[in-house]
Amino acid sequence: MTQDPGTAMTKSGYFTDLHNWLINEDFTSTKQARLHKAYVAWLSLLANPLAFAGFAVVITLVIIAALAPVLTVYDPYGQDLATALKAPSASHWFGTDEFGRDVYTRVVYGARTTLYISILVTVIVAPIGFVIGASAGYLGGWVDVVLMRITDIFLSFPSLVLALAFSAALGPGIENAVIAIALTIWPPIARLARAETLTFRHADFVVAAELQGARMGRILLRHIVPLCAPSIIVRLTLNMSSIILTAAGLGFLGLGAQPPMAEWGAMAAAGRKYLLDAWWLTTIPGLAILVVSLAFNLFGDGLRDILDPRNA
Amino acid sequence: MSQTIETRRAGSRKLLSAGRKLATSLAVIATTLLGLLIITFVVGRMIPADPVIAVVGDQADQSTYDRVYKEMGLDRPIYVQFGSYLADIVRLDFGQSHVTKNQVASDLARVFPATLELATLATIIGAGFGVPLGILSAVRKGTWVDHLARIVGLLGHSTPIFWIGTTVILIFYANFGVIPAGGRIDIYNEGLVEGPTNSLIIDSLLAGEWNVFWSALHHVIAPALILGYAAMAYLSRMSRSFMLEQLRQEYILTARAKGLGTRPIIWRHAFRNIRVQLLTVVALAYCGLLDGTVLIETVFSWPGLGQYLTSALFFADMNAVLGGVLLIGIISIAINLLSDIVYRFIDPRTR
Repeated sequence: MTQDPGTAMTKSGYFTDLHNWLINEDFTSTKQARLHKAYVAWLSLLANPLAFAGFAVVITLVIIAALAPVLTVYDPYGQDLATALKAPSASHWFGTDEFGRDVYTRVVYGARTTLYISILVTVIVAPIGFVIGASAGYLGGWVDVVLMRITDIFLSFPSLVLALAFSAALGPGIENAVIAIALTIWPPIARLARAETLTFRHADFVVAAELQGARMGRILLRHIVPLCAPSIIVRLTLNMSSIILTAAGLGFLGLGAQPPMAEWGAMAAAGRKYLLDAWWLTTIPGLAILVVSLAFNLFGDGLRDILDPRNA
Repeated sequence: MSQTIETRRAGSRKLLSAGRKLATSLAVIATTLLGLLIITFVVGRMIPADPVIAVVGDQADQSTYDRVYKEMGLDRPIYVQFGSYLADIVRLDFGQSHVTKNQVASDLARVFPATLELATLATIIGAGFGVPLGILSAVRKGTWVDHLARIVGLLGHSTPIFWIGTTVILIFYANFGVIPAGGRIDIYNEGLVEGPTNSLIIDSLLAGEWNVFWSALHHVIAPALILGYAAMAYLSRMSRSFMLEQLRQEYILTARAKGLGTRPIIWRHAFRNIRVQLLTVVALAYCGLLDGTVLIETVFSWPGLGQYLTSALFFADMNAVLGGVLLIGIISIAINLLSDIVYRFIDPRTR
């Protein structure tokens, strides 16, 4: 920390003590050291308003997705043709769609779909990308050549086009969209994991572990993973935005989530038919995508400054 | 005497190493192409649970099914199938589109020029605005120009491109009526110009058909600007970081100490050194735009590769989808190869 955050936060009593205990660098236990690290990261997040705004939006998204039934009064699938295509009003904040469904409700439920897709893709992609990249970097030689060649082949396709081909073959649907996006998004992670592994490959602690007879799996998991984690986490956060945009693009083309599921891209696509009469049908889901993907980008940028200053 | 032999040896060694480099990059391209073909083969033949149904549809009777099964060679071993697939592709036979009833290859040849025109124009717009903006924000780091460029870039990264398209249509077509709703040209100007380049803008200029030219320009401007914005967001960020890296170098400090002005330092020294990197990212941006065209062509009914792909998707026309995907993959490789060649040409260090 360049400036002492303590001066900015003068609180009394218990909180001052806690703050001083957390900021103090004369640790008395590992727990204190860990908490100190987390606390300093939190303070630097607070000091970066844009990154904090991104973080706040991401947290809000999670809360909205979790509390969707509480936050809405209508059924996201309940049709009421009598109130079809109504402009935004007090009873329907974001208007209604061609089946009379409340757009606000569907946008709120759409947050669930977006989170579901992006978290699932990330959970699939992170270990695959890491294993491929780290084994290429660790083993070197022809394994490296072959694995990186495969990675480059996947990279040579524009990602949406490749995802489109996969989901066309797998058939439309949200699970297939997840697989298709995962298949297109792992190569940059593998590249990053390889680069990070290469920097530690011949470090003394890795050689020492090898001399002690540690197997490759153990070295990768116990020694390489903790060191690669920050930059990979940053990369995954920034990736969230491209996952969301690709998922929305697939939904827009009719390949992702299928009706009647509430998904922002598919909602925008359905609204296109009524673009000139009902602007809210495409505009509002599109804005939702924009806000969330911008938030992940801002948060990821800020996270990079905190976790991975080398690549900032 | 001995010296000339030495230089001659050095020369031939240089030639040899250049030849080896060429051979390596050719091998890399060949494997990448092979990989692309393996992916499209797997996507077309192995992922669909039943590739025959993907072609004939689930309404087909048993005799049609059996005939197509035989025609597709599905009774043969997989490597034989892949071999005949390769042979077809080499002969530019991507199969028949069952929507347009044409050969996919001739369909692609028909729609591709429109996409090429759009993507090229968008890259010119993106590089024309993005690179100067990036350089300016590097030179004025920390000022409002820099912040503005950052916001423009972030928004470009985060906005769904199809949404910009629909919003632009909503505002500029529906409200102000200053742009057409879509398409490549007005209906009464259609088919008037048939030219060598297949780009309506260039062809109509060559033919001196001003009405056609203005109509084509009028139609291309909105989609090209939107795609160009996406390219600009990426290019301004990249050129900013390239420029910042150069400005940290000591030769810049030397030039400043000599009393050289900012302008010549930037353009005569620093810019020369980032030209090569810029070229690479412009090529990458071009490839990325092929992604964006798929969505933007759908929104603006632009009769190009993207729209062809999406309508093929709609009818589950796998031959057409795979042909289009393969074409986009090959173009990406070709563009990267081209940028690599020009790279070697410009940068004396790689010679």
